[in-house]
Amino acid sequence: MAELDTSSGGGKKGGGKVRSKKQSTRVDLTAMVDLAFLLITFFMLTTTLAKPQAMDLAMPDKDKDKPESKLEIADNRTMTILLGQNNRLEWYMGLVDNPKTPTVDNYGRNGIRKAILEKIKEVRGITGDPKKGLIVLIKPSDKSNYRNLVDILDEMKITGVQTYAIVDITSPEIGLMKRDGIYK
Amino acid sequence: MPKVKVPRKSTAIDMTAMCDVAFLLLTFFILTATARQPEPLPVDTPASTVKIKLPETDIATLTVGQGKIFFGVKGQQIRINMLNRIAEKYSLQFTEEEKLRFSVIESFGVPVGNLKQLIALSGDERNQPGLQTGIPADSTDNQLNEWILAARYATKELNNTDLRFSIKGDSKEEYPEIKKVVDILQKQNINKFSLITSLRQAEN
Repeated sequence: MAELDTSSGGGKKGGGKVRSKKQSTRVDLTAMVDLAFLLITFFMLTTTLAKPQAMDLAMPDKDKDKPESKLEIADNRTMTILLGQNNRLEWYMGLVDNPKTPTVDNYGRNGIRKAILEKIKEVRGITGDPKKGLIVLIKPSDKSNYRNLVDILDEMKITGVQTYAIVDITSPEIGLMKRDGIYK
Repeated sequence: MPKVKVPRKSTAIDMTAMCDVAFLLLTFFILTATARQPEPLPVDTPASTVKIKLPETDIATLTVGQGKIFFGVKGQQIRINMLNRIAEKYSLQFTEEEKLRFSVIESFGVPVGNLKQLIALSGDERNQPGLQTGIPADSTDNQLNEWILAARYATKELNNTDLRFSIKGDSKEEYPEIKKVVDILQKQNINKFSLITSLRQAEN
């Protein structure tokens, strides 16, 4: 679509004087428009994508006056995840007095997610009821940071664990973490 | 009869107008994209895979980072109403102009006593790092609690809806700091809130 008007230039050739061609002032704007629209698209998309994401979190009710709100849960369904220092965590099944398979693990796909998915299957096999799935208790210690908490909540979303709660850590659990060297 | 010759038209179109429109739109989008207020407390939010967007209205944001807590609520009317309640509570006097200036502050983090000085500053001065020291949230002087309460009352009065809360924490912030904020919210029976995260890249 380039448009170059050369009709006015040229003309006589033989005069000896070399006359420079008069160039048209018209510029091809197609490329410029292309670029402008590309940038528009970019800015439109980034403005809508820049909106922060919100992860909804419901904390357990802290009402201590209502004993009926406390639920007894089978300890073969509970998995406790302790968040330690240096982006490490430890998980165990059952109660802290008699923890089954306490394991120090990492965050992410190859770490805790594998364990959670495995336990989801296992618990479903034990209870035989899809409604009675795995219960995860998340206990962040003082040495863990906010990213750890968000990461583990994200794992809950990814693995589809329906029942989970953030609970305060207890001293036997800190002892367990100290023993395994992720809490100093 | 002579043949009527149809003159051949050039296929080149005049792009000038299109170019004008394109750049006008481009300017508009650039300006709206950068017009977001700089935050007084920059935080690096952790990434997650959730894709739910944060609502635009009736939301308060508690920013936690570097051991400081900042508070901000959306909506100018709500902010003015909230300030009135705080002024009453701490027996302070604010002029109409100060209220107006306060209503455009996106997020702040100073003790109530320093609020007047903060309002007097210009936008750039306000956002200097280290200038704002965070809202006190100790058990002896729990001003954050009062701000949250005032914001909730203000939202209920003006919009007749419940104010939602979101926590925007720095990735490296230690858990006890976050817990402090969560405990304050829970003390007011707010058990549901959002954590603000950025979008995780598709690596896992």
